[in-house]
Amino acid sequence: MLLTEEEQSMLAGEQGDARQWAMNHMIQVGEFFDAENLVGVSQAHMMADTESLGEAGVQFVESLAILPEQDRTVRIPMITDPRGIDFRHYKSLKQTDDMASLEQRAINGFKALGILMTDTCINYQTITAPTRGEHLAFGDTGVVIYCNSVLGAFSNFEGGPSALAAGLTGRTPNYGLHLQRNRQGTKLFNVEVQPENLTDWGALGAIIGQRAGSYWQVPVINGISVTPSSDDLKHFGAAMASYGSTPLFHLVGHTPEAPDIETVCLPEKLSTQSIGAKDLEIFFGQYGNTGDKLDVVVFSAPQLSLFEMSEVASLLNNRTIHPDTAMLVVTSPAVYADATRFGITEKIERSGAMVLEGMCFYQSYAREMGLANGWRRLLTNSAKLTNIIGGYGYQPSLASMKTCINSAIAGEVL
Amino acid sequence: MTKSTIELVCHKGIGKLVSGVALVTSDNFSARYDLDRIKGVFSRPQHALYGQNYVEKILVVNTAKGGVASAWMLNEMVQRKMAPLALLFNNVNPILAQGAALANLTMCDRFDQGDVTQLISTGDHVTVDPTRGRVYINKA
Repeated sequence: MLLTEEEQSMLAGEQGDARQWAMNHMIQVGEFFDAENLVGVSQAHMMADTESLGEAGVQFVESLAILPEQDRTVRIPMITDPRGIDFRHYKSLKQTDDMASLEQRAINGFKALGILMTDTCINYQTITAPTRGEHLAFGDTGVVIYCNSVLGAFSNFEGGPSALAAGLTGRTPNYGLHLQRNRQGTKLFNVEVQPENLTDWGALGAIIGQRAGSYWQVPVINGISVTPSSDDLKHFGAAMASYGSTPLFHLVGHTPEAPDIETVCLPEKLSTQSIGAKDLEIFFGQYGNTGDKLDVVVFSAPQLSLFEMSEVASLLNNRTIHPDTAMLVVTSPAVYADATRFGITEKIERSGAMVLEGMCFYQSYAREMGLANGWRRLLTNSAKLTNIIGGYGYQPSLASMKTCINSAIAGEVL
Repeated sequence: MTKSTIELVCHKGIGKLVSGVALVTSDNFSARYDLDRIKGVFSRPQHALYGQNYVEKILVVNTAKGGVASAWMLNEMVQRKMAPLALLFNNVNPILAQGAALANLTMCDRFDQGDVTQLISTGDHVTVDPTRGRVYINKA
């Protein structure tokens, strides 16, 4: 790879061990993907939950955290994805002291590197939204697909180690979606049904993700006549990225790189796949299970925006959830503070639900929580979560926010 | 190698030369979605390898799916000696490659001869040489 003088200096260890590790890591990854050089990035966002890091990852971070301050401090604004623990509630969730202890060690390590512990997967709604053409090193697939697609920023999926390398150097390997030529559409979808709520958007994203097939495919979606909200596209992108490992989509007439089909692809060279009401019906059919006793309702993945929090409170309408059903409402620390200030948190918690901040359900030792609490049947409005949580021993069901809340009150899947 | 050894050409990979027994599926892969990483088995009921042990196997899959977490997780699995010996993909995503780089876990993708999940069968003895971009198969 072609390196600048500054990059060669970091690689030679002249700027400390942490930056030398970062350079070596990026060169390995860059060469794997035939990157010719590195590209400067303005922000990094890192997955930082200890269920992912494990003891080995925490020890790795701690090994950097003991380096001299000038050698270990990140060089660009660097923020974090959700943690695995909400320290106010972990005992109620039957997470263990060992989990909390490992989480605290990770936090201490990250803070020593100068990382801002924002603990959020909705940073584009709550921290600083990137601008079109801005090169980034973002982790969390939902964050990346939203920032690429809806905002027109440039980022690959950056796992924790690579995001950290980017934070330490201000650079990332120049491949994949940092290159304009890889942002052209490769698969064309004609949508013949209009999503009516967040869950529909998630289901549609999931179907497209499944059909897209791999990270290197770019879906172009035509036929959406309604104007989606930020939360609609949040669920749409998060599910697509989860089901398909897809980092970029173009929604014709809505997203900035796709004012029309011809701008983002050569439609005559692509076969068109249709998605209609029947496809959505089949998708939802996989996650039905009406009448089943309900163990836990989860609103998470992605964390809820302030508007979603407000809607949960409104739909609860002073009702109380069933004593044998838990309900978890998960948001970012920034939204939590606002929701608390506006009385939304209190309204939700009065129902018997738990409002959690700074974590995300599936990043929080979901397997252990399920076993400890006896949770099997899980209902959510997040298509992304249904894709993930089966591997953790849950039986997931999918429904709209309204049906989820009514089910929590009834104690069964409605 | 013997006369019956099949040589596959792939893109230059990550990690060290390893040999082992293949576990193959045309399904996709995520460390977070699909695995019980404590027990070392595929745990998502819908996965084609559900219930099968992947530890110390040459795991051959179609592509990566989902999440960013696998980058940290591969390192954690390697440190606990509960990881596959190598991962082979038709096309991998950045996350798995980044995780392999941190963990020094052997990984290759982009095979010249076509679909690697059809070229290798479960039970085959496989040697992966990522530095040269070669995979050698002795059929079971």
